[in-house]
Amino acid sequence: MSRIPLRPLARILPARDKGENPDIIERENIRRRHEEMQDRSRARAEGRLLVLSAFFFCAFGVIGVRMGHLATSEAVEPIATAHSATIAQQRADIVDRHGRILATNFETHSLYVQPPHLIDPEHAAKELAKIFPDLEEEKLVTLFTGKRKFDWIKRKISPEQKQAVHDIGDPGLLFGPREMRLYPNGRLAAHIMGGTQYGKEGVNAAEVIGVAGVEKQFDGYLRDPANGTKPLTLSIDLTIQAATERVLAGGMKLMNAKGASAILMDVHTGEVISVASLPDFDPNNRPRPPVEGDPSDSPLFNRSVQGVYELGSTFKIFTAAQAVDLGLVNPGTIIQTAGPFRVGGHLINEFDNHNYGAISVTDVIVKSSNRGTGRLALQIGATRQKAFLGSLGMFDPTPFEIVEAAGGKPLLPKRWTDLSTVTISYGHGISTSPMHLAAAYSAIANGGHYVSPTILKQDKPQLGPRVMSEQSAAAARMMLRKVVTDGTASFGEVKGYAVAGKTGTADKPKPRGGYYRDKVIATFATLFPAHDPKYVLILTLDEPSVMAYGETRRTAGWTAVPVAAELIGRVAPLLGLRPTVEPGALTGIQLTSSN
Amino acid sequence: MTEMVYGALPVRDSEPILPKWARTLDKWSIGCVLILFLIGLLLGLAASVPLAERNNFQPFHYVQRQAFFGGLALIVMIVTSMLSPTVVRRLGTLGFLAAFVALALLPVFGTDFGKGAVRWFSLGFASVQPSEFLKPGFVVVAAWLLAASQQINGPPGKLYSFILCMIIVGLLVMQPDFGQACLVLFGWGVMYFVAGAPMLLLVGMAVLVVLGGTLAYSSSEHFARRIDGFLNPDVDPTTQLGYATNAIREGGLFGVGVGEGQVKWSLPDAHTDFIIAVAAEEYGLILVLIIIALYSIIVVRSLFRLMRERDPFIRLAGTGLAAMFGVQAMINMGVAVRLLPAKGMTLPFVSYGGSSLIAGGIALGMLLAFTRARPQGEIGDILRGRGR
Repeated sequence: MSRIPLRPLARILPARDKGENPDIIERENIRRRHEEMQDRSRARAEGRLLVLSAFFFCAFGVIGVRMGHLATSEAVEPIATAHSATIAQQRADIVDRHGRILATNFETHSLYVQPPHLIDPEHAAKELAKIFPDLEEEKLVTLFTGKRKFDWIKRKISPEQKQAVHDIGDPGLLFGPREMRLYPNGRLAAHIMGGTQYGKEGVNAAEVIGVAGVEKQFDGYLRDPANGTKPLTLSIDLTIQAATERVLAGGMKLMNAKGASAILMDVHTGEVISVASLPDFDPNNRPRPPVEGDPSDSPLFNRSVQGVYELGSTFKIFTAAQAVDLGLVNPGTIIQTAGPFRVGGHLINEFDNHNYGAISVTDVIVKSSNRGTGRLALQIGATRQKAFLGSLGMFDPTPFEIVEAAGGKPLLPKRWTDLSTVTISYGHGISTSPMHLAAAYSAIANGGHYVSPTILKQDKPQLGPRVMSEQSAAAARMMLRKVVTDGTASFGEVKGYAVAGKTGTADKPKPRGGYYRDKVIATFATLFPAHDPKYVLILTLDEPSVMAYGETRRTAGWTAVPVAAELIGRVAPLLGLRPTVEPGALTGIQLTSSN
Repeated sequence: MTEMVYGALPVRDSEPILPKWARTLDKWSIGCVLILFLIGLLLGLAASVPLAERNNFQPFHYVQRQAFFGGLALIVMIVTSMLSPTVVRRLGTLGFLAAFVALALLPVFGTDFGKGAVRWFSLGFASVQPSEFLKPGFVVVAAWLLAASQQINGPPGKLYSFILCMIIVGLLVMQPDFGQACLVLFGWGVMYFVAGAPMLLLVGMAVLVVLGGTLAYSSSEHFARRIDGFLNPDVDPTTQLGYATNAIREGGLFGVGVGEGQVKWSLPDAHTDFIIAVAAEEYGLILVLIIIALYSIIVVRSLFRLMRERDPFIRLAGTGLAAMFGVQAMINMGVAVRLLPAKGMTLPFVSYGGSSLIAGGIALGMLLAFTRARPQGEIGDILRGRGR
């Protein structure tokens, strides 16, 4: 359609000729165009109004249908849903080397309150205070009548408590399912287990996270759902662990010690069969860490891996073994132990100011001569001594797989002087944990290989790098055997099990420097059976003192050794070791030939 | 002869007002409005009792007020519907100016009644919500501007009305009152749509609405909580929505019985925003469907009548009023059945509220005035057609 001009000349000019007003023509054209526009817009509006009507009709229809759908659907019990992300559950079990449960899970409930839903807050508070004596009624009333809409009351409750709370019958008291970590053996292997606590908490579940021990060390593994129900198998033997703790507790009491630890370790695999530290705690109800006092006095403190002590004369065997290994001496070489022996301006003394004179290397160990080992150490020299102790793992925290082990960092002299070399040769001036000692004695016991102590069950020997020759290890074992048969550890003899070992008694350092005269750490490091050692036992007593023969005795020979002997006597049969029975004198029979 | 004996017949320049009103009025729509009002009173008897009890009034205090304001609203509606479109336009424009000033002054003189949004003027015996009165006035002004823009050499009314709309939306968002803001925006959009908006622009506007919503979501916690509540598939049974849904379920087809409902005791807004839940619980689906039918009859019927209308202003203004009325009802009910996010919006003529009732009366009166039957000049078309 071509547009008509508002003032077409074809019409204007004739109109002008006739004397008419040409504006009339323009107005008429405007009107006409306007009408056309209106018609167009009306037609469009009609269509759009129809669309709009249809929209409204449909929208109302949808609402009606939805109403009908809602009204005819069954009214369901409203269930409040938790909005938080789901919390991973089902922590893997922990079992001992024979598959016996050490830690497992237990279904329980938590108790929480939604005060707006309480019917009778005062009554509920009163009844709750009756069921849980540790809750205070006044505090509960304040909570229940306050503005809070939600609060936990108890993290874990027993089925009996749950029923009792249920019987209060108040809809504002609600239960959330909980998975609880349960240690059915109670205090047994408490330090190994460590313990757990709740992490992220929701109404329907709570995260269980390890806070110490293997629970923390293997937290990722235990929580990983990919492992399914496969438990974590430890090297611990539950029976032997129980025996160890019993004997150790008895020994600690008898010897008036304030603490004790014991480590029983397989010398070939590095598996720790039992490890105990007293005093201990119940991982089911793990105490809070102490806020004051010495943390090492807390039951949470794991003496066997965290406690770094100067372990004293137990170190002498390393000096002797290295001297033999280097070919400097043999077990029969005579060493002058007479004083005075002055190193770096310090006089080296023997225990009780003995003077043993010139004795063999074996006797240096058997009689535990400080000057003897000191002279051997000077022959070895600082560099070689350091290298040897380093290869025994004495300079780093043990690789033992519980989180506390990383805290057992040995204390070494800042400058390794000749004096250090001498004192370290008899176990002073270097502080290590009993676990370090266990690993080092294992190297002597297994014929010269380093093994790293482990808490996980192994299927085969895990011998590490060689640190001394087979022969040197055998020579060292013979010296250790003689310590028990003729020396300071004579109370350590266990009939049928040839026990070899070395005692160590170290004065405890004062916190401000210097040493206590009446506080010692008594250690007995043993391996058995001596002819073919299978196990190493390190037993430590903290501040023992016992009256014997009219004297207060603190040395390891009087304290740690008898306890260790009792322990070996108990656990060796459990470990499946056959006693070697020496034939007694046969009455009435004459042997015709002795060869 | 007759004239000589009886005198001349009185000359009538036009038909008398009332009969003409009665003849040309959309009787279906006004009938529906009356029924809605009665239903509102009936529901008020049930839903406002707990509120009266809470505020220590006699039980039917709010029903009496509702009846009083309702009567007033009906009178206003009838009077308005008697006006001619030109007068409606004039008064509407004046009313719009007054309401706009009142709205702009809200931040200074308004009160929030402790609800966190300054929307009311407190007059002692009653409170006035200016935005309720602004809506019909705005529709009239915007329709006028849009219609004027369709004239040759007319003003750029589309732009002007859009700017006006945005100013009002801005003022409402500041209160904050996102519901009314959406309503105003929607009303303008519908009018623009009918006035012949280009399709591209409509799409653009939809995008703008989405962006605005996102902005509001991120900047207003109040708004964000409601949207979150809507998007969450599980209704928390302790929220207003949870109660409403439960009430509808409890009601079933025929309701739990008059006065037997429970939801009105738990919902603070049972007499306003969630009155449909009370209706559903006590009277069942039947009443709800009747209410829905009444609203859709009013809206659809008005739109159909406007389709025949030739005057662009009347067509646009009527469309805007009908659409706003319908959408308000739709949003209110849509929220209760969880088709839409929770939004405080009253159900026109049914919910309790003086401002809302009288403003609703004005709006519907205008709508009725616009939808009255009037000569449309069809004969001109016929003549014109023949002339060509």
